[in-house]
Amino acid sequence: MDFDPVLISRIQFAFVVSFHAIFPVFTIGLASYVAVLEGLYYRTDNPLYLRLSKFWTKVFAVVFGMGVVSGIVMAFQFGTNWSNFAYSASNFLGPVLSYEVVTAFFLEATFLGVLLFGRDKVPRGLHLFSACMVAIGTFISSFWILSANSWMHTPAGVEMVDGMVQMTSWTQAIFNSSFPYRFAHMALASFITGGFVVAGVSALYLLRGNHVETSKKALKMCVIMLAVVTPMQLLIGHEHGLNTFENQPVKVAAMEGAWETKSAAPLILFAIPDAANETNHFEIKIPYLASIVLTHSADGVVPGLLEVPADERPPVGIVFWSFRIMVGLGLIFIAISLLSAYQLYRGHLYDSRLLLRAYTWLIPAPFVAVLTGWFVTEVGRQPWMIQGLMRLDEAVTPSVTGWMALVTLIGYFAVYAVVFSAGVFYLRKVVEGGPDPIESDSDSEGSNARPKRPWSAVSNQLDEAPSAAGS
Amino acid sequence: MMGLIDLTLIWVGLIGLGVFMYVLMDGFDLGVGILFPFAPDDESRDLMMNSVAPVWDGNETWLILGGAGLLAAFPLIYTVFLPALYIGVFLLLAGLIFRGIAFEFRFKATKNKHLWNYSFFGGSTVASFAQGAVIGAYVQGFETENFRYVGGAFDWLTPFTLMTGLGVVAGYALLGVTWTIMKTEGRTQDWAYKLAPWLLGAVLVFFLLVSLWTPMMNERVMDRWMSNISWLWIFPATTVAFAGWIFTRLRKRAEGSPFIGSMVLFAMFYVGVLISMWPYAVPPNYTFWDAASDPGSQLFLLIGFLFLIPIVLGYTAWTYWVFRGKVRPGAGYAGH
Repeated sequence: MDFDPVLISRIQFAFVVSFHAIFPVFTIGLASYVAVLEGLYYRTDNPLYLRLSKFWTKVFAVVFGMGVVSGIVMAFQFGTNWSNFAYSASNFLGPVLSYEVVTAFFLEATFLGVLLFGRDKVPRGLHLFSACMVAIGTFISSFWILSANSWMHTPAGVEMVDGMVQMTSWTQAIFNSSFPYRFAHMALASFITGGFVVAGVSALYLLRGNHVETSKKALKMCVIMLAVVTPMQLLIGHEHGLNTFENQPVKVAAMEGAWETKSAAPLILFAIPDAANETNHFEIKIPYLASIVLTHSADGVVPGLLEVPADERPPVGIVFWSFRIMVGLGLIFIAISLLSAYQLYRGHLYDSRLLLRAYTWLIPAPFVAVLTGWFVTEVGRQPWMIQGLMRLDEAVTPSVTGWMALVTLIGYFAVYAVVFSAGVFYLRKVVEGGPDPIESDSDSEGSNARPKRPWSAVSNQLDEAPSAAGS
Repeated sequence: MMGLIDLTLIWVGLIGLGVFMYVLMDGFDLGVGILFPFAPDDESRDLMMNSVAPVWDGNETWLILGGAGLLAAFPLIYTVFLPALYIGVFLLLAGLIFRGIAFEFRFKATKNKHLWNYSFFGGSTVASFAQGAVIGAYVQGFETENFRYVGGAFDWLTPFTLMTGLGVVAGYALLGVTWTIMKTEGRTQDWAYKLAPWLLGAVLVFFLLVSLWTPMMNERVMDRWMSNISWLWIFPATTVAFAGWIFTRLRKRAEGSPFIGSMVLFAMFYVGVLISMWPYAVPPNYTFWDAASDPGSQLFLLIGFLFLIPIVLGYTAWTYWVFRGKVRPGAGYAGH
């Protein structure tokens, strides 16, 4: 049986990058939260902030560690499966990725050590400084990697000479036109992810009547932040969409499920796109709305997929449905956040059990929203590797065969299954422990033993019952 | 390509130093993993693992820098080596992941501790072997056409690369055992003293095999060493001299010098390989100058590195200073 190396390589990249992406999107938001908690503790000396900070730093350490091991794989995927792309784009991609390592990775890794183990070793101000450096490091890292990614969607500042990308302007290439939108969209997504996880775990404790004081504080902080950020995300997402509409109209056509170019285009709420027959089944639509959203005019023209030949269209169904899942979840986030803010204002946030339960259910939701959002933008770029400059089939490693890609794909599945289940198992233990453990000063042991290891900040034992923790 | 300053030559130096630092730094902690099942007991294993725990994940950041730096300065190396060593690279990454999570979970496990022991040993050994095979594949050369790898999936897997793979496993084990001597005492150290001469012997055997095999396989290497540049022979001569010195230092139960001597062995070996292969980055067809990226890109990154690397080294040194009190001299780190 013959396997298509391009297809399997795409599945492999989609798998390893999706697996990797869920960790940083959470740690970026959480790092800022920890920095804020540390700042509040520094100013107010309220021990609640200290307990919250210590607890969420433990969670941060585990998730950050999983992000690191899965991130190493990403550094080599470009070379193993997409070597023609890596070679052609190396003049831009190489320096940008190297800058990410020297400006962000070292900053995060080094100051994380101080954040985790240095509380009693450095003055309080320096400890707060370290927490801020870790948070800033996560943003610097997103800056570079999203610049590189955005450049693949909206390439600028380069010219193709004999199949090689040659730089004409570093500023234009790094600050390419989709980058500011993607960066803002992703930064807010990180805050929303961090916010809903912290809120969900706090709600869980409140429902159980555990760690009540700290959980009320944490939930209140999240609710206020989310009430501001989730509506902002709708606006930023909209602006991002308009930028895509300008630069990658085919992607937007797939998001909208629009086959024919129309003025006064309707917004399709539900449909089963049928690529073979170039049509949709079971459409439910709102007249004029797509034109209004995209062109700000009821009879504005929205180009359809038929504008380009079939081999230049992305897989419509994935883009169409991922977009709806992302937007749908985003609207749920806004509704829940605003409702919670209202309940907080009325003084009923903590006794509204249904709302608290909703928060516990929503813990996985931001991850789904982030992944489907990435599916929209990445699948929507197909068949381009670099929009308009290089196609996927030109980008793949020429020597890779279908079975090589398949064997390693199965390999990564197996390895990540182990990493993921061990990590989740351990995170559950940390959450079971909660922010108010019996001996709250648990990191003094770590600070004596292993200063630079993130996960050793957590001293619970893996396969023992929580009550028997510690040896 | 040649301006007033040869950027490519500067980058050969920078990347060369980076790769060498990675090999030395990760070498001893991979070596500790290779030795893991042979340690006298679980307490020794705790000690050994704790002795490398503070540094190992910093080392992996250097590996990522190595990957990204190669893509930036010598993209051809990145885009020929990785496809050519496709299966080997997967093994390397899987090995690094398994040993990485073993570090973190072994101390938290009670019932399943032995599983993480195997994970640490297996991961470390596979990753070391894969790195040795990369060096062997470099010496062996790559089938390329028009700046692309065109060979098969297992071209790299030959008796020669099997040998260089095992050679690096032995070499890292030597670094690991001499590190253990330096960092532990009591029966763990006694065990390491007993094992070290055998590993040194094994390394010398591999060194001899590679030294004989490489010129026979490759005429250019033969010409290089048989040419009239006689000072080149300083390097193999130093290697043998240092091996002898390590033997005597081990017999006198010296604690630090065997480790330093082993690092010198690696340095000599590394220089020897570079001399043999110079100026080829992707043999037999492409030199470092063929493999280089655009001078503009090399310069763009170089300027940043000149400012940023000292800052990185600065705050790294600061954190080591912050944590200076925690290292118990000669005894490694406390177990749980």
